Amino acid sequence: MDNVYLVSVVKFVMYVAIVLISVILIGWLERRISAFMQNRTGPNRVGPFGLLQILIDVVKLLLKEDIVPKSANKRIHDLAPIISIAVALSTFAVVPFGNTIEMFGSEVKLMIADVNVGILYMLSITSLGVYGLTLAGWASNNKYSLLGGLRSSAQMISYELSMGLSIIGVLMVSGTLRLDQIVLHQTSYLGGWLPAWNIFLQPVAFITFAVAAFAETNRLPFDLPEAEPELVAGYHTEYTGLKFGLFMLAEYSNVITASAVIVTLFLGGWHLPYAEYLGLSPFGLSILQILTFCVKVALVILFFIVVRWTIPRFRYDQLMNLGWKVMLPVAIANVLVTGLVLLVI
Amino acid sequence: MTLQSFLFYLLAVISVGSALLMVTRRNPVIAALYLILNFFALGGLYLTLHAQFIAFIQILVYAGAIMVLFLFVIMLLNLGDVKQLTERVSYKKIIAAGLSFALLMEMLYIFVYAPSDLPTSRFEQAATIGTVEYIGKQLYTTFLFPFEVASVLLLAAIVGAVILAKRRLN
Repeated sequence: MDNVYLVSVVKFVMYVAIVLISVILIGWLERRISAFMQNRTGPNRVGPFGLLQILIDVVKLLLKEDIVPKSANKRIHDLAPIISIAVALSTFAVVPFGNTIEMFGSEVKLMIADVNVGILYMLSITSLGVYGLTLAGWASNNKYSLLGGLRSSAQMISYELSMGLSIIGVLMVSGTLRLDQIVLHQTSYLGGWLPAWNIFLQPVAFITFAVAAFAETNRLPFDLPEAEPELVAGYHTEYTGLKFGLFMLAEYSNVITASAVIVTLFLGGWHLPYAEYLGLSPFGLSILQILTFCVKVALVILFFIVVRWTIPRFRYDQLMNLGWKVMLPVAIANVLVTGLVLLVI
Repeated sequence: MTLQSFLFYLLAVISVGSALLMVTRRNPVIAALYLILNFFALGGLYLTLHAQFIAFIQILVYAGAIMVLFLFVIMLLNLGDVKQLTERVSYKKIIAAGLSFALLMEMLYIFVYAPSDLPTSRFEQAATIGTVEYIGKQLYTTFLFPFEVASVLLLAAIVGAVILAKRRLN
């Protein structure tokens, strides 16, 4: 029994370390890619290729004064970034980053928590992320912040629905709520050659889920809560120093988690097609699968970054129209069609 | 004390405490936040009863959706003067006090004359009842009719909301 706790703690510590390091890398990558796309140079002075720029930024944030507006609600002002970061980090707990691995004579499942309602856990935790933004907006006692917070709550509610409905299509195909089982279901081959990833079985659900994921992570083209030309900086206008840093950290952790969930649900998770024919040892295969998962997640993150610097921001009414009049009907139709097809087969 | 009972007492204290704080706070936003904390504690209690599905649905639906809408409305109204909210009508308080007293009596009755098979004594069954598979099967076989009636009720509410919203446009 103690062994189980120990293994969980080890996995947890490794996960937090990996996420924090990846956030640094993604922050650097985002700035370099945006610079490249806008014909600029980007950070290139600190360390090789400017890789250490984010470390310097973190030091700067640490040393900044923590300013709380006079009329703000101090406690909730402090609480909001904590909620954001806690939610952003805890969603990952149910995502399998590999199949089982043989280590020290025992079989270890490569996910932090093996919950039998994994998808529900994921959905319920992500649905809480909005509180960080809304409360930050409200507690700052600033009208731009409040508008940002209100926008975030309306946006999250609208896109959560199509997110949940697009997941239902995946659930109907794989017949389980366990994320590791969903990945295992994708390791077979369609017609003997095409990997049975859900992106091929559920293309419509993949698109609606990806769009909803963009909206839930508040990334462009859905960054209405912080739209800087309209709302100064939206919900985090009144945040400085490390509390502002926590919001940034939460945003990038959310991007990592959203990418990992997209990979798990639609892109076959840790599955590398035809890898089982390579004749590797079980341990080598496990390592290869973990690497596959990391590469897939990195590619989806890259996609997130490129989209951010390509597509302009939606207007607020366009955002709502897209969410309620396009995404929701499409997601419902997808569930209906999936059900009919499953009935016929 | 086992981990199970420790968790139970911890969650029970949190849920009762947050419920009390929710009722007594003046600021509606703070009260809503304590209600969310209360939902969390209840979700945790469901987890200790092996009802994972109900636990996560509790958090997903109540804390994640309904309370977000509540907060949205409270913030949108942005009640500056809290004093406007305090009621001076006393007959409501009298009725509320009477109803609370009746509820307290009912609970005392249950505690004193507790039947032998309270849910805790059927612990073995609870582990299987709480799963998604079991709840889904029950909903679509034994309780299909009430389930569908509930969905029609929700649909009627949605239609009503749309009509109310549309009327203002014309």
